[in-house]
Amino acid sequence: MSWLLVAPIMLPIIVAILVFLVREKGGWGRWLSVVGCVLHLAVSIALLLEVWKQGVIAAQMGGWPAPFGITLVADLFGAVMVLIAAITGLAVAVYALADIDRRRELLGYHALFQCLLTGVCGAFLTGDLFNLYVWFEVMVIASFGLLVLGGDKEQLDGGVKYVTLNLISTVLFLAAIGMLYGVTGTLNMADLHTAVGEVENQGVVVMIAVLFMIAFGIKSAVFPLFFWLPAAYHTPPVAVSAVFAGLLTKVGVYALIRVFTLIFTQDVDYTHGILLAVAAFTMLTGVLGAAAQTEFRKILSFHIISQIGYMVLGLALYTPLALIGAVFYLVHHIIVKANLFLVSGVARRMTGSESLSLSGGLYAASPLLAILFFIPAFSLAGFPPLSGFWAKYLLVKASLDVGHYVIAAVALVTGILTVFSMTKIWAAVFWKPHPETNGSGLVRLPRQEWLSLVLPIGFLAGLTLIIGFFPEPFYVFAERAANQLLDPSAYVAAVTGADS
Amino acid sequence: MEVALALIVGLLVACSIYLMLSRNVLRFIFGLVLLSNSANLTIFTAGRLTRAEPPLVPSGLPFPTELVANALPQALILTAIVIGFGLFAFSLSLVFRAYRELGTLDSDAMRLAEPRPGGEAETEGRDAEQPEAPRSAAS
Repeated sequence: MSWLLVAPIMLPIIVAILVFLVREKGGWGRWLSVVGCVLHLAVSIALLLEVWKQGVIAAQMGGWPAPFGITLVADLFGAVMVLIAAITGLAVAVYALADIDRRRELLGYHALFQCLLTGVCGAFLTGDLFNLYVWFEVMVIASFGLLVLGGDKEQLDGGVKYVTLNLISTVLFLAAIGMLYGVTGTLNMADLHTAVGEVENQGVVVMIAVLFMIAFGIKSAVFPLFFWLPAAYHTPPVAVSAVFAGLLTKVGVYALIRVFTLIFTQDVDYTHGILLAVAAFTMLTGVLGAAAQTEFRKILSFHIISQIGYMVLGLALYTPLALIGAVFYLVHHIIVKANLFLVSGVARRMTGSESLSLSGGLYAASPLLAILFFIPAFSLAGFPPLSGFWAKYLLVKASLDVGHYVIAAVALVTGILTVFSMTKIWAAVFWKPHPETNGSGLVRLPRQEWLSLVLPIGFLAGLTLIIGFFPEPFYVFAERAANQLLDPSAYVAAVTGADS
Repeated sequence: MEVALALIVGLLVACSIYLMLSRNVLRFIFGLVLLSNSANLTIFTAGRLTRAEPPLVPSGLPFPTELVANALPQALILTAIVIGFGLFAFSLSLVFRAYRELGTLDSDAMRLAEPRPGGEAETEGRDAEQPEAPRSAAS
């Protein structure tokens, strides 16, 4: 079934080429992009079902056997990340129908967007470290383009910081790959799983592991490497920052989880100990940074950082329950976070401002939008019975089980402070009357625009509710995915023993 | 030979870090280029330096007869050079565009996206009502 592994990568790149060719032909590009995302969602579901039935599946590109050629692998964790990327992609593509102006369409927004999806899915499916680097680059180059597309001054300002810091991460990643190749002689991740243990000088391995940790840490915006994120995420159009918020940092987290469960598990006390401290500081600094902000998207940007802390916490504890929590958290978080950014875009359109003090009155104008904000916002904060509650519950329970009371307390305090930020947004943007200071007051959106903006928000909020009210199947799923991560023998067997 | 290359890598990294500590974004970019070149050299050195034949299979034989050099590090470096070149071209044009729009190369003065609380943004033209230029972004 190797085509199932290739399809989630090939499909967006083909769509990217097509939409680029038709970008000057009116609305063709955006609808093609939506159709491409629907197909992408379909193949992602098919891939996940296949992996669920058959276990880990692998395909050798070009027919070269495992440690020599490039391998594509999908275990449950990789497959579910592809599915979530496809869901986010579809939601944002529909949202972009109304959000992206003609100028940015002509510059190639849809093509870059599909390239971004290509890179993200490639990173989730590859089984080779150098190939992972290449997919990171595909993703990062597309994201550079999207971030500065249109060339507004603020975009350029944020873009400079985003680009420079991400390039450092890229170079560190590359150097780490080179050194790892030097000591093991292989870059296939399944092969590395055994090869790394056979290296005589384990000190070098740990050093390389930390280099990977820094490289992925910049990508996933953990403390103290996150400064590019709040500098850039609020500057591009919402349809760009929503997909960034949902997917980009999470690819970094995915890479961290993959590398630190499959390859670097020799000195868990040291490496995962660092991650544990990093997780605590990430949660706290992120949420405190958010408390100091007074603009909708800036608050949300800082919350991305604090949420990354929870996922890293799940990896750092490195117990079965904690990894279940991390997988559950990733799935829940991507949906919720992308959704909150989408809501912020509608709010800006209606109130005319992103600043909390200059907006308001949205609850009176549109109770539906208020409810659709309420669901992801309080899910993010971890209110029962929304999806975030179960994710946080798993992680806090996992940390209490192994006696890390301090980190459990940090996680809970972060939850409370998240409620504070979300209440701040709720009170300022939705509850208080609109200050007529900026002249225009509330804008009523035309019906078609309203539909294409609110439909994806409703769709994602519906998913949040489903995860919240029926967590059982998701838990069972996350449990199997986490078990595959903790015991990679099936993964290794699929890669080294399978023929395409 | 490995020692010499290792020293060169170290020197390159030191120079690039010195350049990247500068507030001038252009210097930063130059430092980044040096850094990515030193990463390439790292891969090259880590892939073992051997005196051997080029990895070519003589005609008529299923495998090479002599000891051949490892071609993989070079393939990796080639990929990395191409990617690095693309990124460098992009970041150079981004910095140029930012310089034209923001009027500065000093990273401390680029505060448009994150203005100091209560203070004025230091870059000029904050509130200037300029029509949005339909020039293409560097993408």
